[in-house]
Amino acid sequence: MNTLNNQQIPEMRFDLQVIASWIEPEATVLDLGCGNGDLLAFLKNHKQVSGTGIEQAEEKVARCIERGLTVLQGDFRFEVSDYPEDRFDVVILSQTLQQIRNPKELLVDLLRIGKRVIVSFPNFAHWSSRLQFFFLGTAPVNKQLPYQWYDTPNIRVISIRDFKTFLRISGVRTAREIAINTHSQDYRGKEIHYLKNLRATYGIMMLERVT
Amino acid sequence: MSCTEHDQGKSLLVERKFYTFAEPPDGMLLESGTRLGPITLAYETIGELNAERTNAVLVLHAFSGDSHVAGRFQENDDRPGWWDHMVGPGKPIDTNKYFVICSNILGSCCGSTGPASINPETGEFYGPDFPMVTIQDMVRAQKYLIDHLGIKKILSLIGGSVGGMQVLRWCADFPEMIRSAIPMATTARHSAQAIAFNEVARQAIMADPEWNYGNYYDGPGPNHGLSVARMIGHVTYLSHEAMREKFGRRLHSSSLSFDVGSDFQVESYLHHQGRKFVDRFDANSLLYITKAADFFDLERGGHNLLVNDALSDVCFLVISFTTDWLYPTYQSRDIVSALKKNGSDVSFCEIEAQGGHDSFLVPNERLNSLISGFLERMYNEYVE
Repeated sequence: MNTLNNQQIPEMRFDLQVIASWIEPEATVLDLGCGNGDLLAFLKNHKQVSGTGIEQAEEKVARCIERGLTVLQGDFRFEVSDYPEDRFDVVILSQTLQQIRNPKELLVDLLRIGKRVIVSFPNFAHWSSRLQFFFLGTAPVNKQLPYQWYDTPNIRVISIRDFKTFLRISGVRTAREIAINTHSQDYRGKEIHYLKNLRATYGIMMLERVT
Repeated sequence: MSCTEHDQGKSLLVERKFYTFAEPPDGMLLESGTRLGPITLAYETIGELNAERTNAVLVLHAFSGDSHVAGRFQENDDRPGWWDHMVGPGKPIDTNKYFVICSNILGSCCGSTGPASINPETGEFYGPDFPMVTIQDMVRAQKYLIDHLGIKKILSLIGGSVGGMQVLRWCADFPEMIRSAIPMATTARHSAQAIAFNEVARQAIMADPEWNYGNYYDGPGPNHGLSVARMIGHVTYLSHEAMREKFGRRLHSSSLSFDVGSDFQVESYLHHQGRKFVDRFDANSLLYITKAADFFDLERGGHNLLVNDALSDVCFLVISFTTDWLYPTYQSRDIVSALKKNGSDVSFCEIEAQGGHDSFLVPNERLNSLISGFLERMYNEYVE
């Protein structure tokens, strides 16, 4: 978190701020589901990163290109397969892992085209979700998981602990990890050091291939 | 915006220029192996080339276009150039910043050497003796012009349709001369469907007795065939939605005629387009240029010419339109997919537009902002 403390807060989600702080200057970066390009613009302006984004919505793609970013319109699950091996220093998958049907295949492909992959995802084992489930007996609906079961894009229920188990059995190394407490669109948040799987709303991990 | 009231108040005046090169006996070697020369290209430029010669934007026109991209030749001209809403001072391709060049293609009939030109060897029209030219030949001829203008590196190449094919061919043949490229509504290989429509258009001309195997310059010419060919073209340029909205089943008179004459507004529209075209275009040029488009295939020989390490430093903005069924979006995606393999910086946007293939020629806010944003980035990175 060294680079975050003494800077003014950038105009983007807290998890993206953490991710930005992990990226080396002048790296080549692929941002999957880049939205309006806030992270890419920050990385370009502050770290001279050469970035590419993939985004499905035409309006967001156009917004990115207008502001001078490189963005492809499309579904990243299909777009990533064209890239050659090691094309990027870092591939970023933020707040989307829980919406992927074949997360394992995708991660394998991302680790092929990127030397490192940074993943952020909502921690479904946060205490507020547990309480809701335990006391109300309902699927959790809260600020970081704002959807009802029938209209949620989130088809995978992941906790930080589950994801770490998944990485271990998949043979993927974790180069860096952090647990944070923030809301899905919030610019502010804080790092969680103890009882992460209970107290953190998001997990962020930097993965690398075991070579 | 840098557009001043002064700019808006009076029209932008431009001048058509000519450059002749490839004098015999050498001429220019064509892809077919034949030599052609001398070659003249008609071209127009707008804006100022900067001292470092780094702000050149080359606009490549579509099959029936010409070098008159924007502005007027004279203050009182009825119509400005074909992309006047896009190119000019303060416009998305801002000629206060960029030096815009547009050249008429080899084989065309709008000032450049083509079948309707005089063969200096015989003093007669070339007609069917004009050698077959390809998109590669058109680009090679443009390269002579760019060299002549003293430009080593083009800031951006922009073109739609057959103009987009030229953009891609430039990238395949002269990657070291290109900073960036914007291929729009185009393809890296002409599809069977596109070839089919072109063939019907060609047959319409060749079935006209006035075509006379291409030797018609001393007579009226195959006006009917050329007009039918244009009508077919216009069907492919529009979308189902655009036709339904523009014409529906509306009649141009009060009731059905119950004969084989024309009843519907869509028919009058096509007839009008056909008639207009006959006044400005040469039938042989249509045969040659459609054939060049049909031959176009950057994957001929099994290797995709867009997969090339030399393109890794070129930035691309690929654009398609949702209702373009002549060069559908998947063909743009194929271009993107090939370019990604080079490590090139590639952006892609599929613009939602009702206009079909012709959408790139119609004023469109989204297209404007994509092009101006991308060009501005290129300008900031390479010129300033």
